[in-house]
Amino acid sequence: MPGKLKVKIVAGRHLPVMDRASDLTDAFVEVKFGNMTFKTDVYHKSLNPQWNSEWFKFEVDDEDLQDEPLQITVLDHDTYSANDAIGKVYIDIDPLLYSEAATVISGWFPIYDTIHGIRGEINVVVKVDLFNDLNRFRQSSCGVKFFCTTSIPKCYRAVIIHGFVEELVVNEDPEYQWIDRIRTPRASNEARQRLISLMSGELQRKIGLKVLEMRGNAVVGYLQCFDLEGESGLVVRAIGTACTLDKLSSTAAFLPACNSPSKEMKEIPFNEDPNPNTHSSGPSTPLKNQTYSFSPSKSYSRQSSSSDTDLSLTPKTGMGSGSAGKEGGPFKALLRQQTQSALEQREFPFFTLTAFPPGFLVHVGGVVSARSVKLLDRIHNPAFVGIMGNTRSYKLLDWNSFNSDEPETRDAWWAEIRQEIKSHAKALGCHAVVGYSESTSICEEVCILSASGTAAVLNPRFLQDGTVEGCLEQRLSWQPGFFSIGQEENLPAGCGFCHIPYDELNMPFPAHLTYCYSCRKQKVPDVLFTTIDLPTDATVIGKGCLIQARLCRLKKKAQAEANATAISNLLPFMEYEVHTQLMNKLKLKGMNALFGLRIQITVGENMLMGLASATGVYLTALPTPGGIQIAGKTPNDGSYEQHISHMQKKINDTIAKNKELYEINPPEIPEEIIGSPIPEPRQRSRLLRSQSESSDEVIELDLSHGKKDAFVLEIDDTDAMEDVHSLLTDVPPPSGFYSCNTEIMPGINNWTSEIQMFTSVRVSRLSNINLTNQTLNKNFNDLCENLLKSLYFKLRSMIPCCLCHVNFTVSLPEDELIQVTVTAVAITFDKHQAVQTTKTHVEKSLQRASTDNEELLQFPLELCTDSLGSHPFSPAKEHLESASSNSGIPAAQRATSIDYSSFADRCNSWIELIKLKAQTIRRGSIKTTVSVEKASPLTEGHFRQRSAPACANSTVGVVKMTPLSFIPGAKITKYLGIINMFFIRETTSLREEGGVSGFLHAFIAEVFAMVRAHVAALGGNAVVSYIMKQCVFMENPNKNQAQCLINVSGDAVIFVRESELEIISTQQPIASCQPACGGGEIAT
Amino acid sequence: MTNELDIFVGNTTLIDEDVYRLWLDGYSVSDAVGLRVRSGILEQTGATAGVLQSDTMDHYRTFHMLERLLHTPPKLLHQLVFQIPPSRQALLIERYYAFDEAFVREVLGKKLSKGTKKDLDDISTKTGVTLKSCRRQFDNFKRVFKVVEEMRGSLAGNIQQHFLLSDRLARDYAAVVFFANNRFETGKKKLQYLTFGDLAFCAELMIQNWTPGAVGEQPPDPPPYSQVDDMDVDLDKEFLQDLKELKVLVADKDLLDLHKSLVCTALRGKLSVFPEMEANFKNLSRGLVNIASKLTHTKDVRDLFVDLVEKFIEPCRSDRWPLNDVRLFLNQYSASVHSLDGFRHQALWDRYMVTLRSCLLRMYHD
Repeated sequence: MPGKLKVKIVAGRHLPVMDRASDLTDAFVEVKFGNMTFKTDVYHKSLNPQWNSEWFKFEVDDEDLQDEPLQITVLDHDTYSANDAIGKVYIDIDPLLYSEAATVISGWFPIYDTIHGIRGEINVVVKVDLFNDLNRFRQSSCGVKFFCTTSIPKCYRAVIIHGFVEELVVNEDPEYQWIDRIRTPRASNEARQRLISLMSGELQRKIGLKVLEMRGNAVVGYLQCFDLEGESGLVVRAIGTACTLDKLSSTAAFLPACNSPSKEMKEIPFNEDPNPNTHSSGPSTPLKNQTYSFSPSKSYSRQSSSSDTDLSLTPKTGMGSGSAGKEGGPFKALLRQQTQSALEQREFPFFTLTAFPPGFLVHVGGVVSARSVKLLDRIHNPAFVGIMGNTRSYKLLDWNSFNSDEPETRDAWWAEIRQEIKSHAKALGCHAVVGYSESTSICEEVCILSASGTAAVLNPRFLQDGTVEGCLEQRLSWQPGFFSIGQEENLPAGCGFCHIPYDELNMPFPAHLTYCYSCRKQKVPDVLFTTIDLPTDATVIGKGCLIQARLCRLKKKAQAEANATAISNLLPFMEYEVHTQLMNKLKLKGMNALFGLRIQITVGENMLMGLASATGVYLTALPTPGGIQIAGKTPNDGSYEQHISHMQKKINDTIAKNKELYEINPPEIPEEIIGSPIPEPRQRSRLLRSQSESSDEVIELDLSHGKKDAFVLEIDDTDAMEDVHSLLTDVPPPSGFYSCNTEIMPGINNWTSEIQMFTSVRVSRLSNINLTNQTLNKNFNDLCENLLKSLYFKLRSMIPCCLCHVNFTVSLPEDELIQVTVTAVAITFDKHQAVQTTKTHVEKSLQRASTDNEELLQFPLELCTDSLGSHPFSPAKEHLESASSNSGIPAAQRATSIDYSSFADRCNSWIELIKLKAQTIRRGSIKTTVSVEKASPLTEGHFRQRSAPACANSTVGVVKMTPLSFIPGAKITKYLGIINMFFIRETTSLREEGGVSGFLHAFIAEVFAMVRAHVAALGGNAVVSYIMKQCVFMENPNKNQAQCLINVSGDAVIFVRESELEIISTQQPIASCQPACGGGEIAT
Repeated sequence: MTNELDIFVGNTTLIDEDVYRLWLDGYSVSDAVGLRVRSGILEQTGATAGVLQSDTMDHYRTFHMLERLLHTPPKLLHQLVFQIPPSRQALLIERYYAFDEAFVREVLGKKLSKGTKKDLDDISTKTGVTLKSCRRQFDNFKRVFKVVEEMRGSLAGNIQQHFLLSDRLARDYAAVVFFANNRFETGKKKLQYLTFGDLAFCAELMIQNWTPGAVGEQPPDPPPYSQVDDMDVDLDKEFLQDLKELKVLVADKDLLDLHKSLVCTALRGKLSVFPEMEANFKNLSRGLVNIASKLTHTKDVRDLFVDLVEKFIEPCRSDRWPLNDVRLFLNQYSASVHSLDGFRHQALWDRYMVTLRSCLLRMYHD
């Protein structure tokens, strides 16, 4: 009995009218946790009931605390008939289970009903008393922190990065149970919501156990996904990176924030004294006695036999063979051995992180990906009986423990894919995979499993876990000059990761290598594709841009095995074409590297869709890309020739235009300085992939273009024509707009504080019955382009701004429907400072050293004396208030008004004053604070007054949401816990709710509202690393019905505005101002 | 390829002021798109008509969802579904409750019941305001009226509190409610020249001076929900009753003569229209006093503005009195009463005349 959960129901408001006669409601509340239920009194005849209940106390195992959600149901009391449910609130109490996060959940939660949506709000207070329990057989993993963020969270320092953790749990989907035929869809959907909530809790607990076993205390880059496999069940799976994190001391946390996540990392020195005992919240007794089966990676022995369903599409192949004997140089070989020994203990040396502490990433090999087509079969889960019985055991049992005798499991499927990824990485001379992610696409009984990542060589000293060999490694790796890594640390920053990790004489695939354009010492490839964010120390020229490859392929409708075979046959061609498109578009932009590459292949009834998104940049270390040459096969035809030359001109013009647009103007380097290129005439790509389903041996598709020069496009057939056209139809964003799908936009680092996160969904019906690949491609291309155009138009008031983390998801809900979902964040930036930041690295560092320090010191002081007098408002106070905004309404009121006045209204004289001050001082990180005003020059000097004073007393605190791991112009001071929510909404009156658009619009707005409410209740004011992982929309217009499932997650945080922090630091003694300036110095 | 579904949802709800205006004005999506195209937005932004259509639809959908909340503005502040900065919330509310001058002149003083709603069609044709917009404005009047009609305390204050309107707009609504409650006739042809501003000005003065709440004589512990407690909405019955006492000013021949001579002496040489004034004095005085003494009848209350125009403004206007002369005359006319020894209702006279004088001066224009 190691925990006591206490719940208090305070009040409700805006309840719906449940009694038509009186226009009022007799509401009461049921509070349920596990199998215990409490009820409040009925509060008669009110739409704003004040229950003010006692504390309901649940004494439960911490295992249950982790698995179960707190269920709060609001009902309308009815004397004569059954009580009507008004709606429910599910509260995940996980954030209360670790010490550094939230201590209380308290606030207004929207009451949600799957049919009616949000129906009023309820005020709830939740607390947990945890007792220390040293039971070594425990199944819980309380205390392990979870982060969706795919980098080391801002106010933590990574002591050790342990590596990959994964888990999955399986269950019957309640919607496909026999009982679904007799119960209402509403009951069914509620059962689904409850089940998924339970499964995610369980999954998280199990992942936590693995982390504890690895002696970590946190999971970073936690990605949880649902596979709605239909009749065959429901799979909830998660991957993440286990770490040991140390919280930075509070003084450090009050350093001024930086504008990009990257900069901050430099403030955080890596712990070079590995001490496994430093983590505090881990268990004191490591788990030895494994009474449960939790680790497929350990206990699972790879099966080589195939079951009937396997179709022999998944051969087990010896992929590692390619890597043997490839080690050429002695340095590299040694390095590889070192890190390999650290990594080899792990079955999968994968990291879900996309941004890394400096020095972590040594080399990047390229993108590795693997796909596998599977036929889904019913998951026989004995645990299902327990669920039906509605007994205490809502407890789920994972697939492994019950089906260990079954050869074909979801675990095995994934293990296979991961194995393949691992061997691909080996073939690239890399021992690790970073930026790793997994996804599925399901249509009927066919499922495509995909995994991708970036093969990389990592610095071993961040990976060791305190064992003897770990220490040894560390010592060795520090001997200067002994390892190649030691050499590279002396090189100018920013090119090391580009250097090839594989041996140039024995390359895994043909490639065009040159000497690095930065250091001239190591070899680099001509292009680099990766799934990670741009490393912080990488030097780029100009700005980056979003590059997408879009592709459709028709396929015959087929059943089961025939279908799976058809898909497997199509996949290689899709990958090839997607890759070609990416390459061509990259050339067209005049860039030479892709970051954040995500290739999504979606399967539908009669087609396959491929969508690849990435951010293109020009890396200074890589050679200048050549142009695109068009060649025809019939050179004698005059008009044809003319046509070709016309096209060629158009392409050349586009390249020139793009170079100008993205400010790509690399310095001209005479060829002899670079040295002669390696005698390898053909242009080869970096993308190594395979189709596991294809045959006994892995076909490593030659994605380079055979013997041709990759830059030559032959337009002798319609396909090639289409390619060229699609290249030219992509319109650049309107001026003042940039877009990327990575965390930060390369080339822009002067963000201002205005952000707007949004989700946009489009469903298009393909009208044409006689579809061809060409029309399909065009339709899909138009759909995506129009969607982007709409976004630019809608956000035009934020110009100059950048769409960051643009995340496209494609699904094919029905025969002729294409659904595209986009989530991104628009961030404003300051145009004027952008010019200054194009100065070279060296120049800046020189300047910094000489002048910045003094000015940075001076500036906060000036701020302090001038502004505080005229505007006596203490940000420290506001911070406290906003933190406690849930407990006291007046506090929240003040907090809100202050928050807005500081950025949205732009009517604050205080800010204005800062601006005037700052314009005289044009350097350092201070500028970013100031640029609030400059964000939109149009409104400058026009300060809107809040006209209606009554509006100022809003009780709703502002909660920001962003898919990024940081908030521009602000500093994250605390992580409050992970938000992971799943909702289903249905309607039987689609027309009345404004059709499909009205229905989904309202639902997404409600989902945002519920996320914000949960964050606010935890005491937070923002969600970072927000992601909408699933948005499954189904409609039946004939029946006037529709249904939608949405799954979102993110990290709840408290942030403090940079400007307020600076005031704080000036109010403290000068001593504390020193580190602040140091931070600012690095930040530029 | 057609878009079956097309939505954009921001964490902060996007509000386009121009589209909001079009929506409030009752334009359909296609009309609004047409108007936006004509505004030249496509050239400015390089967008296509399709983008504009999608954007307009999105905004209309948002406004439609917000409309339910705008009916009770405090709900807009406390709801969680739409995250809108306070300044934007205020703008949404203010614009939603704003009304057209042409429209308000048509319904001012009319009963805000369903019956009138049928006439909205006619009003729409007459004023050129779209029917949709007429309906919104009418429903706003009705909603505000219903909420505050039974409420104690300052009318404008109540409106501001329950609808979160700006000062100016709340006072306008107070006038609308006041006119609707007292059913003042404003639609007659001879009253057409009066603007809503004129009438709202008069209403405000009457609310300040002629209602039970005006003199600060609230009963210490009033019984709830009684009609008598309508402090600001109804005219003060007692005051209207007392006004009969003023009749002596015109009924008593000596008093009337004395009053005239006092006024004439004071104004001699100061008025350009002195002879006309002297000739018309008794008529004008009779008119003003009779209006006061008849206000006990509901019918005459309704005709108050008609009477003021017929009995005072029109005679003066026909004699081409300049506004300044009207002002001098009215000042002197009300002040001189204090020198009439036989007249005992000085306070009553002031309460009546101070308001009336300001109203008349405001109404005295072409």
